[in-house]
Amino acid sequence: MSTATSAFPLATPGAGRLRRLSTFLWRHSRLFTLLLLLPPLLWLGIVYLGSLLALLAHSFFRLDSFTGQIVYEFTLATWYELLSQPANLDIIRRTAGMAAAVTLACGLIGFPIAYYAARFSTPRGKALFYLGVMLPLWSSYLVRVYAWKLILAKEGVISWAAERTGTSWLLDALLSLPVVGGPSLSISYIGMFLVFTYIWLPYMILPTQAALERVPPSLLEAAADCGARPRQTFRYVVLPLAFPGIVAGSIFTFSLTLGDYIIPYIIGTSKLFLGQAVYIHQGTAGNVPLAAAFSVVPIVIMAVYLAVARRLGAFDAL
Amino acid sequence: MEGAVTVGVAAPSPSIRGRRAAMAEPAVRFLGVHRHFGEVRAVDGVDLEIAPGEFFSMLGPSGSGKTTCLRLIAGFEEPDAGEIHLLGRPMRGVPPYERRVNTVFQDYALFPHMNVLDNVGFGLRVKRVPRAERIRKAEAALALVKLAGLEDRRPAQLSGGQRQRVALARALVNEPEVLLLDEPLGALDLKLRQEMQSELKGLQRELGITFVYVTHDQEEALGMSDRVAVFNRGRIEQIGTPPEIYEHPRTAFVAGFVGISNIVDAEAAVRFTGERRPFSLRPERILLDPPAGAVDIETRGRITDIQYHGASTRLRLVLSDGLELVVERPNTEGTDGALAPGREIRLGWRRDAMRPLRETGR
Repeated sequence: MSTATSAFPLATPGAGRLRRLSTFLWRHSRLFTLLLLLPPLLWLGIVYLGSLLALLAHSFFRLDSFTGQIVYEFTLATWYELLSQPANLDIIRRTAGMAAAVTLACGLIGFPIAYYAARFSTPRGKALFYLGVMLPLWSSYLVRVYAWKLILAKEGVISWAAERTGTSWLLDALLSLPVVGGPSLSISYIGMFLVFTYIWLPYMILPTQAALERVPPSLLEAAADCGARPRQTFRYVVLPLAFPGIVAGSIFTFSLTLGDYIIPYIIGTSKLFLGQAVYIHQGTAGNVPLAAAFSVVPIVIMAVYLAVARRLGAFDAL
Repeated sequence: MEGAVTVGVAAPSPSIRGRRAAMAEPAVRFLGVHRHFGEVRAVDGVDLEIAPGEFFSMLGPSGSGKTTCLRLIAGFEEPDAGEIHLLGRPMRGVPPYERRVNTVFQDYALFPHMNVLDNVGFGLRVKRVPRAERIRKAEAALALVKLAGLEDRRPAQLSGGQRQRVALARALVNEPEVLLLDEPLGALDLKLRQEMQSELKGLQRELGITFVYVTHDQEEALGMSDRVAVFNRGRIEQIGTPPEIYEHPRTAFVAGFVGISNIVDAEAAVRFTGERRPFSLRPERILLDPPAGAVDIETRGRITDIQYHGASTRLRLVLSDGLELVVERPNTEGTDGALAPGREIRLGWRRDAMRPLRETGR
């Protein structure tokens, strides 16, 4: 029995088994990789995708309006209910419109900041930049939204400042605009738009900055060397190379706005947004199938959005 | 004869430059150019003139200021003092995109999101050259660098040598007055590098464009250039044709950086030249066991080390007074078993092999 191991007098039988195991794993490295990846894969597969699929499946069931019970048989009735009622379509349109506006604003504000940080700032300046962008993310989302509620309120600092500077007429004109206006900034789409833009801006800046950071300075010199004016260098070199980052940021701002239900609830009118609709149907009305159908809508919108971005060549430079 | 060779003259001799030398204005002229980065004097008072159609190399170790000089010509840097003229026009305040020079970058700097054709056509695109003409010229440039057929590839799908050629085509398509090359062959392997060297030289002759070539590889500089400027610590140590630079180094730095040299200090020099002045002695000019009359100076030394290099053998010898010399001996008759460390041997050289050096003093 011991003759087999006698060639390795230092190896105890136990250590020999361990050694054989590690040798086996070394030779079968794919198996080893699989073993290491199994737990996170299970988590991703069951908890993430599984729950998502369960949700999807629910949208193909329906709620029995008499008993309030879910009828577990395949039907398109829920989808028909979602898409046939003008009020529901309004919710979808309103939310997508807000998400698009917020994304655009975040892009326009975020890009110059990201560009400056990536191109011109010193290491110290860059540290300050990260701190400045991330700092708001460290405090509670609710606290920040309520802070904005106070800022935007009729008695808030903006109204006060407008009064003091004699620009109340401007604020009133803004608020008297149809659809986007309202009795005060804190109860209007303008206010909601401001808060959304504030809250999601970091998610636009960081990926954009990362993409710009990866553009080697020599490419900009090469463009100038070939005769490109700064505007042309920006148009043909910087923007295309930063585009994947901008798209990544816009995916964040767009989908986060699509799904949010707290900001429309705290700052906004009585008109519902997607997240609120899901919340109300799921919680208050107990209509899980309709809530599920509602929550599939942002997923579909995002899929279309990504397909368009792909067509535009957003991922060509990856 | 050799005494007649003038060393380090800025103005090129017309015979080398050919017909374009008749033109009055040099392609590139530096007048007392300084460029400092904080405490670092990257370029510390450089004067030079490069003739139209000349293949001019800037040779030096890293940090010697040669690349900064190239960037000053391209317009990526502005001199802190002094003037740069291109074809007689002062360049102060002229941005890179308004200079008729193009650069082949060390890292190639190809646009990763464009295919080869668009990369090469970029300069024409930003100058609003019509599409058909742009494509025709870009294809011609690609043919010139022997890359026809790869128009649709992305830079990531090319080998290092192919990227190098795309970078070259992208610069040449703009028909520059001066082509700037920043260690363009540095990343290539030896065989490819040698191939590209002769191709570049051929291209330059064919197109008649002024080439300014930055390199730290002295063999490259000697083999390709009409003239070489040797840089050290932001200054030019010597400008001259490759034979002038190699055979008549003026300073110990040039003698040591370009090829191998035995630099004999003033103290030891007295014994050989009768003069208290350091000199340089190339290892291949020292003969072992010289036949009578072949050398002017003869002495004895002991072999301390032997390195076999294939085409030649390099020996280290120590003379009786402690002076160490490196000797390069061509292996014309196969390896000589008689050479072994510890052996005493006769050696000698001709008087004109000793090149007096300027006292280094800054």
